[in-house]
Amino acid sequence: MPPSFEEIREQGLSRWRGLNQGTRPWIRIGTALCGKAAGADAVVAAIVERMDQKNVSAMVSEVGCLGPCFAEPLVDVSMPDGSRVVYRNVSPELAARIVDSHLLEGQPLADEAFGAIGNHLNGSIPSFWDHPMMKPQRRIALRNAGQVDPMDIHQYVANDGYAALHKALTEMTPDEVRQEVSDSGLRGRGGAAFPTGTKWNFLAGAKDPVKYILVNCEEGDPGAFNDKGILESDPHSLVEGVILAGYATGATKGYVFIRHGHDGPIDRTWRAIEQARQLGILGRNIFGSNFCFDMEVSLTGDSYVAGEETALMESIEGKRAMPRFRPPFPAQIGLFGKPSNINNVKTLAYVPQIVLNGGRWFAGIGQDRSTGTAILCLSGDLSYTGMAEVPMGMTLRQVVDEIGGGVPNGKALKLLQTGGPLGGVLSAVDLDIALDFDAMSKAGAILGSGGLIAASEDACVVDLTRALIAFCQYESCGKCFPCRTGMTHLLEVLERICRMDSTQEDMTLMGRVGRSMQAGSLCGHGQLGFNPVSSAVRYFREEFDQHLNDKICPTGTCPGSWHSPTRVRR
Amino acid sequence: MTSNAESLRKRAARAIRDQKPETVTVLSCLLAVEDELGYIPPEAAEEVARVTGSTINDVWGVASFYTNFQFQPPGRHRVEVCWGPTCHVKGVMPVIRQVMDTLGIEGEGATEDGNVSLRFNTCLGACANGPVISVDHHLMGRITPDEARHVLEEIRNGVPPEDVGAT
Repeated sequence: MPPSFEEIREQGLSRWRGLNQGTRPWIRIGTALCGKAAGADAVVAAIVERMDQKNVSAMVSEVGCLGPCFAEPLVDVSMPDGSRVVYRNVSPELAARIVDSHLLEGQPLADEAFGAIGNHLNGSIPSFWDHPMMKPQRRIALRNAGQVDPMDIHQYVANDGYAALHKALTEMTPDEVRQEVSDSGLRGRGGAAFPTGTKWNFLAGAKDPVKYILVNCEEGDPGAFNDKGILESDPHSLVEGVILAGYATGATKGYVFIRHGHDGPIDRTWRAIEQARQLGILGRNIFGSNFCFDMEVSLTGDSYVAGEETALMESIEGKRAMPRFRPPFPAQIGLFGKPSNINNVKTLAYVPQIVLNGGRWFAGIGQDRSTGTAILCLSGDLSYTGMAEVPMGMTLRQVVDEIGGGVPNGKALKLLQTGGPLGGVLSAVDLDIALDFDAMSKAGAILGSGGLIAASEDACVVDLTRALIAFCQYESCGKCFPCRTGMTHLLEVLERICRMDSTQEDMTLMGRVGRSMQAGSLCGHGQLGFNPVSSAVRYFREEFDQHLNDKICPTGTCPGSWHSPTRVRR
Repeated sequence: MTSNAESLRKRAARAIRDQKPETVTVLSCLLAVEDELGYIPPEAAEEVARVTGSTINDVWGVASFYTNFQFQPPGRHRVEVCWGPTCHVKGVMPVIRQVMDTLGIEGEGATEDGNVSLRFNTCLGACANGPVISVDHHLMGRITPDEARHVLEEIRNGVPPEDVGAT
């Protein structure tokens, strides 16, 4: 007999009290991909070693990503008195000093702090949440990121975890859950921005005893890491969202689709699923209801197109990840021929909070038809890079200047590359566009999955366009020839332009190839594949002309730049 | 040679049997083999075909599609360099040049002594700290050409990848 929700909740709250108001300090260290890339593993080892040497007792947890990845490795120290300090750019050497000074002597190292959380230090260290990157944020899907140990279900439960699922299973019908999601105005965060409630209604209407919820965490977009970030930081919010989606649509099984090799997100998701099974939150008769649901992780090989929803199903079935024709749509004939819904990680991570607080609450955040928040990944030439969640409606200029802290070293911003390689570029002079699906698409850009790559005035737009098309060429699945050969054509032309070995005729050629790709490709990869070129030419025609007519690269990048590392698919 | 082939087949069969997902497919088996052996030898492809009831052509079709699969034994250490747009903007091209010069190879592949194999990755997932390389799955961010050379020299000198100091 699995424990009741009340028992699980009591256990969670007691765990949380023990960590926060216990007798010993609690040290949280960010070991998401961003933390690991900055050397967090060595910091964990250094802290544990120093604590052993000095005979200090403290709880050490590896957590996900608080957001300011540029300041990783972050070490977050909570003392039994309730004070909490987050340290930035921690080296193994600094880690040892934190143990000596903060843990042993009770003296926080104010100079090394990113910020303090709570009011216990009388303002001697500025507030973490007042940092320019953190202040404009409104965290819904990221509310637990970096705060809870992703490997401990009880910490999630203590923070309202699985309360929405319990509420849905005991108080709501599936129709009512779908109605809340429809009322929330939630639109898919994977790129297509399709209304989630409508998508769920399609699946609910499909008559089949076996139906699937598929979670897309392929996330091959360079510059996007928020799906992986959620799985690494708070995998239970996704697990709960998937179970809720299953209940609302009558599905029987969920698959979380992740790219092979990203061990952090994969391991933490598996662990979350196993813990949920142990407590009877996955499996038969969840919380004593008639609802049965299970899920597993499905891994894919390296293929960008596998993130396209029909190619994703091919990949889960173990085949080459090539898109299928539609119709039939996945909600009719999907994975293994069964009705299926494909949702993005971020979309589903919102669902528990929507069910708990009501659709209207979510619809009250954001603007117009873009409700809720945008989960952004800031990278490239910005002072503050990382993961941020802000209300929809904020302008891109605010995002760059406030959250991103502008371009470092007094350089000017040149362009933003949004929504993955297929999203194209936006000029820095044109950033008064709101984070809004419709406003951005009107401006010729896409919000996509939330990746924003900033490039300073030092970047050559032709060289960057070549790099984007090199990616698209490499990742074309090869099914449709306009995409397969078109991308190769575009790349050859762009390489010629970079070598100063091109004429204006090549621009006409690219336009013709681009139109064929748009018209003749089955999926977005080919249909949108000309965007990087067309958007770059729209904003930076002059720079192309300088390469073509005057044979000069104004930034001095091109003649010496090393060309596309992977020109041809094996 | 035969015994080597037999041992590869056995290791592949064990990896296929012990894989975690309940939904066993050609791709899931290939990924399990890749994790175990680091590449897909013909013996493993035959095992995958046998277990999944597929033809050997189906198996090679899937394996050749996904760019992570290798068909030659890998070097002892695996270096991956990200060439996604963020890393490009943050200056990965000089890093790639330096890595190839240090290893003495041009493009993807293994060094002559079989110590290191190089692969280009389209995104290692730590974009906020680009440019990023990975050595035996240990990520290193904000890397400069000089640091990359230093890392490769330490690898050559036998320093375990988790102890290689890039940052």
